[in-house]
Amino acid sequence: MKKVYTRPKLLKEAHFHYCLGCGHGIINRLIMEVIEEMNLQEKAICVAPAGCGMLLYNYFEIDVLESAHGRGAAVATGIKRASPQNLVFSYQGDGDLAAIGTAEGFHAANRGENITIIFVNNGVYGMTGGQMAPTTLLTQVTTTTPAGRDALIAGHPVRICEVFAVLDGTSYLERVAVNKPSAVIKTKKAIAKAFQRQLDGRGFSLVEILSPCPTNWKMGAIEACQWVDEVMSKQFPLGVVKEVAC
Amino acid sequence: MKRLMSGNAALGEAAFLSGCTCYFGYPITPQNELTEYMAKRMVEAGRVFIQSESEIAAINMVLGASVTGARAMTSSSGPGMSLKQEGISYLAADELPAVIVDMVRGGPGMGNISPAQSDYLQATRGGGHGDYKTIVLAPGSVQELTEVVPLAFDLADKYRNPVIILGDGMLGQMMEPVSFDDLKPPAEYEKDYTLTGAKGRPARKMHSLLFDTKLLEEHNWKLSRKFQRIEQNEVKYETYLTDDADMIVVAYGIGARIVKGAIKRLRQENLKVGMIRPITLWPFPAKVLQEMAKTVNDFFVFEMSAGQMVEDVKLSLEGKGHIHFYGRPGGVIPTPVELFRIISRHYYQAHALKRKK
Ligand SMILES: Cc1ncc(C[n+]2csc(CCOP(=O)(O)OP(=O)(O)O)c2C)c(N)n1
Ligand code: SF4
Repeated sequence: MKKVYTRPKLLKEAHFHYCLGCGHGIINRLIMEVIEEMNLQEKAICVAPAGCGMLLYNYFEIDVLESAHGRGAAVATGIKRASPQNLVFSYQGDGDLAAIGTAEGFHAANRGENITIIFVNNGVYGMTGGQMAPTTLLTQVTTTTPAGRDALIAGHPVRICEVFAVLDGTSYLERVAVNKPSAVIKTKKAIAKAFQRQLDGRGFSLVEILSPCPTNWKMGAIEACQWVDEVMSKQFPLGVVKEVAC
Repeated sequence: MKRLMSGNAALGEAAFLSGCTCYFGYPITPQNELTEYMAKRMVEAGRVFIQSESEIAAINMVLGASVTGARAMTSSSGPGMSLKQEGISYLAADELPAVIVDMVRGGPGMGNISPAQSDYLQATRGGGHGDYKTIVLAPGSVQELTEVVPLAFDLADKYRNPVIILGDGMLGQMMEPVSFDDLKPPAEYEKDYTLTGAKGRPARKMHSLLFDTKLLEEHNWKLSRKFQRIEQNEVKYETYLTDDADMIVVAYGIGARIVKGAIKRLRQENLKVGMIRPITLWPFPAKVLQEMAKTVNDFFVFEMSAGQMVEDVKLSLEGKGHIHFYGRPGGVIPTPVELFRIISRHYYQAHALKRKK
């Protein structure tokens, strides 16, 4: 019988600490699948964030360095400049990249650093208990926007891909999701493309992944997946935002 | 061969010759000449130079470069050093080597750009969050700056710990003849912790997050044991006319240089004043001071701050002897004549007191 689905060898046989229905687990797995299929385990270095993804070093069978909250892009820059032969990517949440680490991400992008950012947009601060993130939708309820996000008090949801797209240093920016099988397949392709572009020396790439956080969205897993399609992706349209041809 | 160079430029050249392959920095006076020197020197030699978007970014780039095994350095002053503390704490937690230059300026806040010694406590007490220490080297001349640079890289690698070179605006900007003829690049250390891809070895993880309190406690004790080894082995200081002294001045860096001028005058007046100049501010030469306190009663601390190193002198003497203090904060540089007057006043008072007893 042909095996069509198996755990990637690079994904350790450990139980994920992620909540039921969380997108992080799927994304972790996809990254390991891509690295395995592209045979990059001897080259890859991941910079882990502060956020729900921070324990990914317990699952990844590749070199991983933890970074301080938001500093992933600067740390990845240091690694890549010192050791250009490595595949270097940071894994960052929306608080990590779009709030505290905006400067580091923005300027790594602007310098055209030959690194990749895997940007997990779940619209909230998962790890600290569901506070507002810069990506939280207007009227969305979080623990720090109990009456719903009000633009007058808390500003507007940040679209990182579109912000980074205006920077001449960026080479490939795509927004994808992991809320259904067809979206997961697209996400895997986007990650592979970003890594390939880095290997080809084409400069800065970022894959933004809309990722359900049922726990802090106060939804069931299925409802959360539907919400990505029906609500979240209206604010954050899926697709390639920028791809520099050469 | 001697060259006339500013302290900042000389420091850059010394770092280059010590095998620094990655420099990351953000402009701030009074250390800009160092960043500018590296911009040219490193790039021309095909090494890594980035003018970062902030000091926070620079120190994190240092962390990234260091984890690959590279000799990495950054430099800053005052407000920028405050921003670097987050990264320094992570470097210490991850046990990663790095050299950080602080050309101290007057503070707090924006303060000014005049030479000061007011970052002593920030540098010697860790500075960032958590239980850790940084090795702190305080050179007193441009030539000595070039000597502590290879030492800083060596200690950083030897102990896998961040090392701070604590200068000041004057040391960074003054021009002095300097020679690199005797500069030997530090030894290359076997690094079994670097992240370079899991090739021919299992994947490595480097993180300071230790949820299990027992593990974090053990990590803290491990660091603590390392700091004890450093305290035992790496204390450096200079003494000046201490043999017959009955008052010993404790001063460091550029402050010690001014004191030396004052002591020359004091000696002309037959006042038996000597000096100890700590070169490592952490580890502090506590044992030497204790030893001196067996024969000397009066210790005179001079700093270009409102009183920071004086705490270490008190801790070192453990209640023995009498401590005199004179400080000039705010970026003020006293003259040797001013110090001569102050020290001699204290000296005569101490003698009068002794006679009374
Ligand atoms: C300097 C600093 N500030 C705050 C924190 C606390 N903290 C940890 S993770 C996090 C936010 C995580 O949210 P996000 O980046 O969106 O990732 P998620 O958990 O949602 O995946 C915060 C605020 C920290 N670790 N460091
Ligand atoms: S809190 Fe949200 S993001 Fe974090 S693990 Fe749970 S579902 Fe995932």
